Amino acid sequence: MKTKTAVMKPNKKNKIKSANWQFWLIIALPCIYAFVFAYIPMGGILMAFQDYSIKGGIFGSDWVGLKHFTRFLTTTSSVTIIKNTLILGVYTLIVNFPIPVLLAIGVNEIRSVKYKKFIQMITYAPYFISAVVLVGMMMSMMDLRTGIINVLLQKMGVDPINFFGDVKLFRHLYVWSGVWQTAGYSAIIYIAALAGVSPELKEAAVVDGATRLKRIIHVDLPAIIPTIVIMLIFNCGSIVNIGIDKVLLMQNSMNANVSEVISTFVYKVGVVNADFGFSTAAGLFQSVVSFILLVAVNQISKKVTETSLW
Amino acid sequence: MNTKFKNQSLGDKIFIILVYVFLSIAGLAVLYPLIYIVSASFSDPQAVMTGEVVLWPVRVSLKGYQAVFKNPKIMTGFLNSFIYLFLGTALNLVMTMLCAYPLSRKEFKHRNKIAALFVFTMYFSGGLVPTYMVVNKLGLIDTIWAMIIPSAMSTYNMIICRTYMINSIPDEMYEAAQVDGCSPFRYLTRIVTPLCKPILAVLTLYYGVAKWNSYFDAMLYIKKQALQPLTIIMREILILNQVDPTMVSDAKAASEMAGLTALLKYSTIVVASVPVLILYPFVQKHLVKGVMVGAVKG
Repeated sequence: MKTKTAVMKPNKKNKIKSANWQFWLIIALPCIYAFVFAYIPMGGILMAFQDYSIKGGIFGSDWVGLKHFTRFLTTTSSVTIIKNTLILGVYTLIVNFPIPVLLAIGVNEIRSVKYKKFIQMITYAPYFISAVVLVGMMMSMMDLRTGIINVLLQKMGVDPINFFGDVKLFRHLYVWSGVWQTAGYSAIIYIAALAGVSPELKEAAVVDGATRLKRIIHVDLPAIIPTIVIMLIFNCGSIVNIGIDKVLLMQNSMNANVSEVISTFVYKVGVVNADFGFSTAAGLFQSVVSFILLVAVNQISKKVTETSLW
Repeated sequence: MNTKFKNQSLGDKIFIILVYVFLSIAGLAVLYPLIYIVSASFSDPQAVMTGEVVLWPVRVSLKGYQAVFKNPKIMTGFLNSFIYLFLGTALNLVMTMLCAYPLSRKEFKHRNKIAALFVFTMYFSGGLVPTYMVVNKLGLIDTIWAMIIPSAMSTYNMIICRTYMINSIPDEMYEAAQVDGCSPFRYLTRIVTPLCKPILAVLTLYYGVAKWNSYFDAMLYIKKQALQPLTIIMREILILNQVDPTMVSDAKAASEMAGLTALLKYSTIVVASVPVLILYPFVQKHLVKGVMVGAVKG
């Protein structure tokens, strides 16, 4: 061993160089992947400023400046779409954000390990169900004639509800099915943070005569505030980033007025109508707004709570 | 600590009871739809239609499953989904390791700059149409590769993996291996990969579930019926309500047909969810770890 290290020492610089070269070789494939599927499409953003034609390509199409953006921000139909996106995003945030925190605090209060495990196992499970299955379940169970909910309502003498045909119900269905699917999973991070609260603090609180509720408010909650803030920053960043999967599946001609959001609009304009420039502009608007939101909320949080992503 | 129930003050007793009630209601609200779907799928079509099935199966029948397994479209979709699942997840894991490992080694110069370039793609992307055009230019449309290559790696999962490597594999190990003449590549295959097993289990679940559940990529990139994954077929049956009449041809009366159609939907949902549910208990214990590693560096 000794002789070996002695021999290697003068070569250490070469060794590091060759190691560096090998690291590059290892990461080459992921780099190519990121370049082709993330950075080249970013170049494609130029289409947002063009009347893109497939024949001309990016370099041969006419430049139109901000035409698509003005169109997107001034047409009444697109303004409705932006409004729909914001309402759905804010509603999701308001409901989807606090419930996992409550769930985690509840789970943390429970002393029976078996019951705790049971609740956790059940509430995590829906997270792994696909959007198609989730919406399919909703549609089957809420079917006007054969769905269990309407069958039971009729038995009780209540008129059946056309859940998917009623414009007013769309947002509630979207948000609360989201709670059903993700609340348990989102609670994991808070449960883990709560498990890290020092038992001495709690004991001291008990000695001081604090009730359970007071212990939660003054001991548990302050301990998980940093986690809550980080999650809040992430959630605020995605207010305008409504994922297309579920919305597109829940959309039908009856609720299109409220269910059309930017992501579904980008899909329809770009892929169905092949209006590439306009679609890219709408998509870019969404990306930029959500990026700005994320950075802004992060900065505010840095100032106010001294917790931030970067 | 004062944990015995009878020793607690009245306020605390009421409080803990309320907590139990809240959690039980939440648990039941999550559990009920899952139980109902499975029960309905095993029941008689007529019982499903008339609302006799409330919690447990009524007049157990396998008619729904017979219709599912007789349907060639569902079976092709199932097979395709499996192919995409295996190839896709394997590539996901390899790419993630290849990317996370160099970025976790401090010997690798520029690693922070490269990592920043990867992280940037998490927050900003070219969008739908530009990505579609790249996939199109590469000639991937309507091939199985369209389901595998464009989603070859998730940066978020890669960062989780990298954080795990940095925190749980001591630097001394690398130095010792280097002294013994182990190359960075050998170190990756012989030492890092076995040590990363717990995080790889979590990532397999994340990637696998994402692959199995994805439908939008297929909607964009796959037009050929023979290559459609199960999710697309399910979308036709469950969401667009395009049930092939021959699938429920056993039914004579119209009402029986409607019942069988409803039953078919429940059975399809169960069949499609089984692979994930089989995987779930094995990986569930690792879940918390995965979430925590991811949270250390969002």
